[in-house]
Parts: sequence; C-alpha cells; structure tokens
Amino acid sequence: MTGTDGGAGRDRSTPGEGRTDGGAVDDHLRTDGGTGPTSAASSTPSLLGSDVLKIVALMAGIYLLFTGFGVALGYGTNGIVNTLQRVTFLAAVYAMAVLALNLHWGYTGLFNIGVAGFMAVGAYAMMMLTAPPSAPVPGLGLPFWVGAIGGTLAAAIVGGIAALPALRLRADYLAIVTIAFAEIIRFVFRLSALQTFTVFGVRMGTGGARGISGADPDTVLTDLLFSIPIVGSEVVIPIPGTGTGILIPSVLGSISTTLQGMGVVPNVVRGWVYALVLIAVVAGFYWLLTRIGNSPFGRVLKAIREDEDVARALGKDTARFKIKAFMLGCGLMGLVGILWQGSRGFINPTENFLPQVTFFVWIAMIIGGSGSNTGSVLGGALFAALLFEGPRFAVNVVDANVELGSAPSTISAAVADLLGGDVTSMAAYVMGNIDALRFVLVGVILIYLMQNRPDGLLGHRKETAASIDLSRPARTRSRGPTDPEVAADGAGTGAGSDAGPGGDGQ
Amino acid sequence: MGATESIARGRRLLIERPTAALVALVGVVLLVDLVRRLATGDLTTETLGIFVWRGIVNGLVVGLAGIGLSMTYSILNFANFAHGDYISTGAFAGWASTWVVAGLGRADVGALILVGAGGNVFSSDLGTSITNTPLAIVLGMLVAGAFTVALALAIDRVVYRPMRGEEGISLLIASIGVAFALRYLLVFVFGSAPRSVADTPSDVAVAGVTFWFDWHQLTLVVGSVALMVGVHLLLQGTKLGKSMRAMADNEDLARITGIPTERVIQWTWIIGAGLAGVAGYLLILEAGTIAFNRGWILLLLIFAAVILGGIGSIYGAIAGGLVIGLTDTVSQIWLPSDFTRAAAFLLMILILLYRPEGIFAGRSTA
Repeated sequence: MTGTDGGAGRDRSTPGEGRTDGGAVDDHLRTDGGTGPTSAASSTPSLLGSDVLKIVALMAGIYLLFTGFGVALGYGTNGIVNTLQRVTFLAAVYAMAVLALNLHWGYTGLFNIGVAGFMAVGAYAMMMLTAPPSAPVPGLGLPFWVGAIGGTLAAAIVGGIAALPALRLRADYLAIVTIAFAEIIRFVFRLSALQTFTVFGVRMGTGGARGISGADPDTVLTDLLFSIPIVGSEVVIPIPGTGTGILIPSVLGSISTTLQGMGVVPNVVRGWVYALVLIAVVAGFYWLLTRIGNSPFGRVLKAIREDEDVARALGKDTARFKIKAFMLGCGLMGLVGILWQGSRGFINPTENFLPQVTFFVWIAMIIGGSGSNTGSVLGGALFAALLFEGPRFAVNVVDANVELGSAPSTISAAVADLLGGDVTSMAAYVMGNIDALRFVLVGVILIYLMQNRPDGLLGHRKETAASIDLSRPARTRSRGPTDPEVAADGAGTGAGSDAGPGGDGQ
Repeated sequence: MGATESIARGRRLLIERPTAALVALVGVVLLVDLVRRLATGDLTTETLGIFVWRGIVNGLVVGLAGIGLSMTYSILNFANFAHGDYISTGAFAGWASTWVVAGLGRADVGALILVGAGGNVFSSDLGTSITNTPLAIVLGMLVAGAFTVALALAIDRVVYRPMRGEEGISLLIASIGVAFALRYLLVFVFGSAPRSVADTPSDVAVAGVTFWFDWHQLTLVVGSVALMVGVHLLLQGTKLGKSMRAMADNEDLARITGIPTERVIQWTWIIGAGLAGVAGYLLILEAGTIAFNRGWILLLLIFAAVILGGIGSIYGAIAGGLVIGLTDTVSQIWLPSDFTRAAAFLLMILILLYRPEGIFAGRSTA
C-alpha cells in the first residue's frame, strides 16, 4: 500500500476519517503523505522528467504512425515531412489552447465554453492593428509584434468585461453565458455595418462576413528566426588584413539545405520552422501555468475550484482571484487565436471561430485530464493527431491499398448493396464520409470518458501544492517495516491533520 | 401618496440596482422611440405587424422545444446541450416519413427516406404541403415526435442513466458528446447539404378573405398551441405533474415519499423529446428547408427562452420563447438584421445576471 500514487491517497480520505474541515486546501498537500516514502524534493524533478518523457514518447509514436501513413500512401520525403509538419502544427495549437483553458477549468473551475470568442477577439485585434491602411479592409498597418501584444491584451480585457458580472454565476449558467457571449462576439465581427468604419479620422474595419487580412505570424516569425545570426543566418567573421573571413553556417540554414537536398520544398521547411516556434510557445505556456499552479496565487485558484466558500472563509477575495485567472486565460486564448486561426494572415467569422472550435479544445482537455498541464499537452496532441487528422489518413491508406470501387452517393444505395451481399459498397460509403464519422467518434469518446474516466488520462494525478517537503521520512520509516498498513494510514491522516495548517501560511 | 411611494421606490432602485435601472431606462427609451417612429411614419404599422407575427411564429417553436429543455433541466439538473440535435433528428425522421408517404410509387424509396440526399428527387417533384398532402404532413409530425421519444429514451438508458446523481457539469459535458454524435450521424446518413423539403404554401384565404399568414404558419401555430394546452392539462390534471414538481423540488424527498423517480424521469424524456421532435418538424415545415444543424443553431435561443421564463416552468418556457422570438424579429427596427440574434442572446445574459430565477419566477410549476 505504501508505493501507491496520489489517486489511492485520495480514496483513503473518504468519510471514514471524519475529515470535514478545510478539505480544499490540504487535500492537495496531503497527497504527498499518500505517495509514501518518496520525498517531495526528489519527486518533483523526476515527475517533470517523466512528464517530458511522456510528451516526447507520445510525439514519437505519433510521428511514427504518420510516417507509416505517408509511406503507405507513397508520399516520398517531401510529403512525409509535410504531413509531420501539419500534425505538429495542430498538436501545438491544440496544446496551447488546452493549456489556456486548463487555467480556467482545470485550476479555477470556471466553466468557459466561449474559447472561440476570445480567440476571435485576439485574432481580430491583431489583424485590425496590422492590416495595411491601403488594403480593401484597412487597418493601422502596425508591425506584427504590436498586433500580437494588442490582440492578447484585447482578449484579456474583453475577458475581464465578461468576467466582472459573470463569475458570480453557477457553473452551468456561466457555461451558457460564455457560449452566448462568444457568439455575440462572432456576430459583431460578422456585422456588415462594421465592414469598414472611421474612428478619429482613421479608416478601419472588420471585413464583415468576408473576413480580414493582416500580418501573417507564419511569415513574420519564420523570417525572424531565419534572421538570427548562427541560428538562422550565416555569419562571416572577418580575418583582419586578409580581406576574407571565416564563414559560420547557420543551424537552420544547414538543416534547410540538407532537407532540400532530400527533396523537401522550401515552403515545407518554413512550415517546420513555424511549428518549432509554436512548440516553443507551448513550452512557454507550460512553464507559465506550472509556475502559476505552484504559486500562492495558483493554490488559491485550486482552493476556489474545490470549494469557493472555504477559500472565502480563509480570507481570500475569491472574486478578484477568479477575475484575474479568467483574464489571464482569455489573454492566452487571444494569443492562441493569433497563432492558430490567424496563422495564414487571414480570418473570417464564418469558419474560424465557430462554437465547435471551443468544443474541440474542451474534448482535448478532457482526454488529457483537466487540472494537469502535462495532460493538457498530451490531450491536445492526441486529439489533433488521432481524432482530427488520423481518421482521414487511415481512410486514405485503406483507399490506396484496397480496391473498393466507387462509393455510392447515398447511404440507401449502400444499404441496398449490403442487403444484396456487397459489403465493399458500404465500406466505401463509410470511408467517403469519414469526416462526419470522426466527429461521431469524438462525441462517443467524450461520453465514454465522462462515464468511465472523467479525470482523463492524467487528471487524477495530484500535483504538490506546497513548495516545501511535506513528507515525513522518519516516521514512515520507523513504522513502515513492522506494519505497512498502519504506516500507510498513519502517513495519510498525519499529513492531513498536521500539514494542513502549516501549508496554509501563504 | 401612491405617487410619492413609487418615486421613493424608483430612487431605491436607482441606488441599489443601478444596472437594472439602466436596463429599464433603455426599455423605456426603445418604447418611446417605437411610438415616435410609428407616429412619424419611419415605421409602418404593416412592417411592425410582420415583425410581430414572425416573432410569434418563431417564438412558438422555440417555446414548444423549450418545454422539454426546461423539464430536463429542472428534473435531471443539467443543461442538455443535445436538445437542439434532438430537434434536428425529429425533423429528419418526420420529413423522411412525409416524403415516403407523399412520394411512394413516384420515386425511389431509398431516395425518399433520405429526404432527397444525393439529388435524385426534389421537393418540387413531390409538392409536399399541408394543403396538397395533409395526411403525409400529419403522419410526419407524429413520426417526428415518436422517433425523438424513442431516441431520447435510448440515449437516456445508455448515456445519462449510468451517470444519474453525478454533478450537472459532468452530465452537461456528456450531453455535448451526445450532441456531436447525433449531429454528425445525421450528416453521415442524410448528408450535409441544406435542401428544400416542402412547397411554399399560399396565404390562408377563407370565404374570400385573404389573411396575412400562410397555411404552414397556421399549421405551426395551431399545432404548437394545441400541444402546449395538452401538456398543461396533462401536468395539471394528473399525478405525473405533481410528481414532477415534487422531484424538481427535492429528489430525495420525492423518492422516500414513494414517487417512482425513474418512471418520472422516463416521462420527462417522453414529453420533452416528443415536443422537441414535433417542434423540429414544424420549424422545417414553416421554413421549407432542412439542414443538419438547424436544431443546433436554435439551441441557444431555446436556452435563452428557458432561462428567461425560469428553469423548470413550462409556462415560463412558452412565454420566454415568445419574448425571445419577438426580440429576434422586432429588434430589426433598431439593429441590422444580421445582428438581431445577438440582441436575443444579450437579453438572456442580462436575465442570467440580474434575475437568474427568470422573469416569471416565483411559481415553479412543472
């Protein structure tokens, strides 16, 4: 019993022990007691190591799978590299969006299903700031950086405006308010009256239903990386007096040359560079959220999630904490909107910011496990690779290797063939309509998870909230060998009653 | 005396609930502006009449569908995000049977049952309308209700029953899964292309008098009002209604009093889903075209109606539906027509913020 994980520790805390007081805060602290002999100090880095390992292993598996798809489809090097780039892009943007949402739902317990709306605010603000003044839909013509910062801030501010009144609501009411709010935002950007307008003599616009073009993060960020000495551009160190110099080739340049030598198109290489930038942003989000989660601020958020009344009773101004968390999450969502939906330098309100985008992000989070940052990244990657892109590729592979004949145009023709003993016709119909079926699959998986594994892959895991070592090796060791069961219980209750007040001093 | 009292009350409102006062002020301004526009001729009474009539027609569908959502929300304690897709499913089931009945012998059954997916048979070939093919329409309406009931019971058995007693949020997320699965199953079977399913009917003319509404709008109004009255009689006159009110109030207490809660839940689904299916059918009858996401698009308006009327109250859902329907159309006087839905959502958000118990709250009738 001593070597069990946090999940078992939580099970032991159920009624028998009569712990009715302050469950919220010390629930997180006492899990260390649950993990038994391992000390927190040594377990934290190893946990991080194993988390990175998990993500790397998953991505390796995904790459292997899609390389297999590419080979089976006879893609050649360029095609395979391109496929992997696409999967990496999707995995990264979903991971980002899920991390931002995790701050709302996983940490603070705010049921926000308006993700698409806040992404729209960020992306639109960026486009309107960066669109050239001479474009059909004119903007301010500012550089991308200003647009990106402006978009992030705009999303945070709009989030704050939404949060001020809405956070008083029950979770299910908040859900309805946020999705309605997101739709209102989308309707505003779709308004034909706002297609172009003039503020203080400056012509601007949202482009209405036709959308708006502005700075293209893809190009800007890739160019930036290629302009950094040694990383992206070669450097010549002049040797005095000789008139020549030593040429230091750039890292990206040599990789790019090697890849192009293997037949990869320059555009695909650039796509990969953007994907790498996105991975760096994911790492940044992860670092930020982990820092927040382990900070006193994050502990209050988790306490609010578990029981807001208790957090308030402990003297925390929960409304302020919730608004801050909501604004921060919305700002991050705005940035995700810029880097994801805006990545081609063009957005429109009828395709990019539909409510289903929100639900995809939600499903990815639930797969990974809300409350866990590693789970968020894993969930985003799993959703993007296996549920979003995987079925299409699988079907293409089957299509390329099995002769099924042309698919019937309707399901009744397929059923008629099926009754006539022809199975291939139905199979061809199923494959021809895989785009619809994968969303059926998404729905079924969501139901399955809610019924059987509501905590997702990693959500059940408890992350240590306290920054100090809470385990008590001496006591565990003295009792451990004689009676393991007593030791386990002792560690559980001991940490619960003793560490609780200690850990409260934030 | 009465005047000073109301002034005092107004002042109290202004100080204690400034936002509510602001909302009230906006309402008064809009009303005054409406009268001004009518007086100056900016807005003809005829246009206003059209807006109001359209609002009532839309509102009745929203209200009819809202009854079911309101009932499941109060009795099962969760916001069912799949309700919109129950509406779509009912509409497709109903129209499939209408087409089969109307077109039997004239076209391939396989194409008819898919409501013309694949483009082999078109609504102009069949001429389905309440005046041409009344039998097919009535039958379609019944099938729409019955199929949705069967579907809702099956989904309850598989999805919601194993989760009984869990938090509303878990059920809500599961219902999003149901919504996805249902909506894209519809795409898988019926295809994603919107298409016309019924003829444009003529305006109602009786004994030489032509009315401002057409036959399908009349069918919709008569059908939904009849169903609403039916539900009212059912819930007021039978023990079922009392049990439902008891369960909505306190489920544990209801169970120890001897109310068969599982049976009541089943009846909730039967009534709610039946109404949703018929509402979907009537919605498509009036609009003339069917698409897999019609119900999903309507869902937020239905939520707005239910919240407006107070969750759990069927009269609230009906009244809320009418208010939302009217807001959606009458706000065209002030807003661009592509923005009226935002006005309806905004109304819902305001109600949730300032009067979450609904505008007709106080009596939580089933």
